[in-house]
Amino acid sequence: MSNPDKAEPRYTTTPAIAVEGLSKRFGSVQAVAGVDFEVSRGEFFGFLGPNGAGKTTTINMLTGLARPDAGTICIAGVDYTKQPKAAQRLIGVVGDESNLYPELTGFENLCFCAALYGMRKKKRLARAGELLEMFGLKEAADRKFGGYSRGMKRKLTIAAGIIHDPQILFLDEPTTGLDVASARQIRQLIADLHRAGTTIFLTTHYIEEAERLCERIAFIVDGRIIRTDTIASLLQPLQGKQVMLFEVERDGRTLCGKLAAAFDNLAFDAFSDGRIRAEAAGPVPVGPLVRFIEEQGVTVLEARRQQPSLEDIFVKITGIETDALQREKEKPGGSA
Amino acid sequence: MKRWIAIWNILKKDMKAYYLKPPNISWGLIFPLAWTGMYFIRSGGGLEGVLELLPGVTAISILFGTTSMLAVTVTFEKKNRSFDRLLLSPIPLELLMLAKTAGAILFGIVNSFVPILIAAFLTDLSGAAWSAAVPAILLCAVVSTLLGLSIATAVSEVFEAQTISNFFRFPMLFLCGLFFPIEQLPVFLRPLSYALPLTYGADILHGAFSGANVMSYALDFSILVLFCAALFALSLFSIRRRWIL
Ligand SMILES: Nc1ncnc2c1ncn2[C@@H]1O[C@H](COP(=O)(O)OP(=O)(O)OP(=O)(O)O)[C@@H](O)[C@H]1O
Ligand SMILES: [Mg+2]
Repeated sequence: MSNPDKAEPRYTTTPAIAVEGLSKRFGSVQAVAGVDFEVSRGEFFGFLGPNGAGKTTTINMLTGLARPDAGTICIAGVDYTKQPKAAQRLIGVVGDESNLYPELTGFENLCFCAALYGMRKKKRLARAGELLEMFGLKEAADRKFGGYSRGMKRKLTIAAGIIHDPQILFLDEPTTGLDVASARQIRQLIADLHRAGTTIFLTTHYIEEAERLCERIAFIVDGRIIRTDTIASLLQPLQGKQVMLFEVERDGRTLCGKLAAAFDNLAFDAFSDGRIRAEAAGPVPVGPLVRFIEEQGVTVLEARRQQPSLEDIFVKITGIETDALQREKEKPGGSA
Repeated sequence: MKRWIAIWNILKKDMKAYYLKPPNISWGLIFPLAWTGMYFIRSGGGLEGVLELLPGVTAISILFGTTSMLAVTVTFEKKNRSFDRLLLSPIPLELLMLAKTAGAILFGIVNSFVPILIAAFLTDLSGAAWSAAVPAILLCAVVSTLLGLSIATAVSEVFEAQTISNFFRFPMLFLCGLFFPIEQLPVFLRPLSYALPLTYGADILHGAFSGANVMSYALDFSILVLFCAALFALSLFSIRRRWIL
């Protein structure tokens, strides 16, 4: 993987992506409303937000598929509005759909995409073979893309996105709709690309995915960035905190006030679906809590310890119940 | 150089994926054969009529090989989003569109030679003015292809592309003086004829094969070139406006 563009030192001061005042309106919908952020070279940056937050619209503007109403975009120091094609040479894009040619085979698709970047035949063939190997699609190389499974399509689309070994890779919800194993595999591949020096801009609505992969995250809701910070600083307030989650057979919110009054060293969050979350600086007194709730005539169905996570921070900052983010249910211990 | 690699491969891919598919190849053969056959059945078999028929059959072979092919394939790629790959590639839009249309143009030209080859067996083509016929065929192919591109940029569903192509193609069969002179049309339809590019292509072909052109070649060629330029500009404009949202 030798790319002269990449030979530039990673610590150069020009950011990989610099965005200021980016806005986009579709009719009456303000899809993106004055977004600013910077991504340094080699960084893994996440854009986390619920459906319709403006993630895809932002990516489309950054990659040249949509025209901003206002704002500036610089990609590796290249002004996008002035030199869109020069900027496009530096980036790889994996859109929210797996959009390769259904009537071409996996191998032909990759060779074609390589040709779009002006690669010569010998290099195209070698690179396509290398990527098929890397993404575990060697067996399927000569099958038509249209007949691939969802996960295979996603993998080939990512392979096509990095065919020209871009400095910066944009990934729009790369794992949405995939089974746990495929999603994990794809995360591993993305993590490897990042380790090899590629700057990554990833959108997702899976909090765990963002927490596991990204170095820095922007929370985007309704077209606005609510907070941008490193994972470490975001998790800072949770240091040493312990969390228990109770499930009761009634709207949890009816108990919240009483609980808060009775246990003043705990913080409670309650949800309409019967979940009550208790947070403490030390161990949470499970026995007294269960007894207290049952004394109110409410049965406790389950009580379990929870690892304090980015999800808690997200809820605090955005005020959005995480159900809205369609949390991915994945067993703990998943890598990548 | 890099750009030419891209353009050549776009052209090659389209040829392989769309144009050189058996249904299209047979369509290119069946159409001229059917029209020629129909003519013989109607006229009772005189071979001297072939030269009068040839311009019309040539023009529709081009029209049917290009307009809807390009409209449908581009709409299809736009719909399954693979077209985004082209928009994301570091190639200027003008060159991309050149590559996308080149396949259909070539296909149209190849199609046009099917009736010409058939005619060559049936009659003597030595009197034909090839120096006018060949550029006319090329321009007809370009203008029909660009018509297809303009249609693709105006619709979002494949069936719309198909329907609108037909909406243009079928009236053109009758309005462009392909099989009977425009003078025989009702007066109120004639302005429409002159608003259609194929009228001028057909006129050159009539001149080239049987010396029966009504306008001067210079006028015909100029108007065809103008149509090509206008349709190309229109297509690029609507791609920039409608597809780069
Ligand atoms: N082409 C369009 N025309 C009209 N409205 C649009 C268009 N594209 C996006 N929108 C609107 O802009 C808002 C942001 O959409 P966007 O696709 O950017 O969200 P997202 O964060 O990517 O959501 P998701 O997680 O569902 O992919 C939405 O309200 C959407 O309906
Ligand atoms: Mg999206």
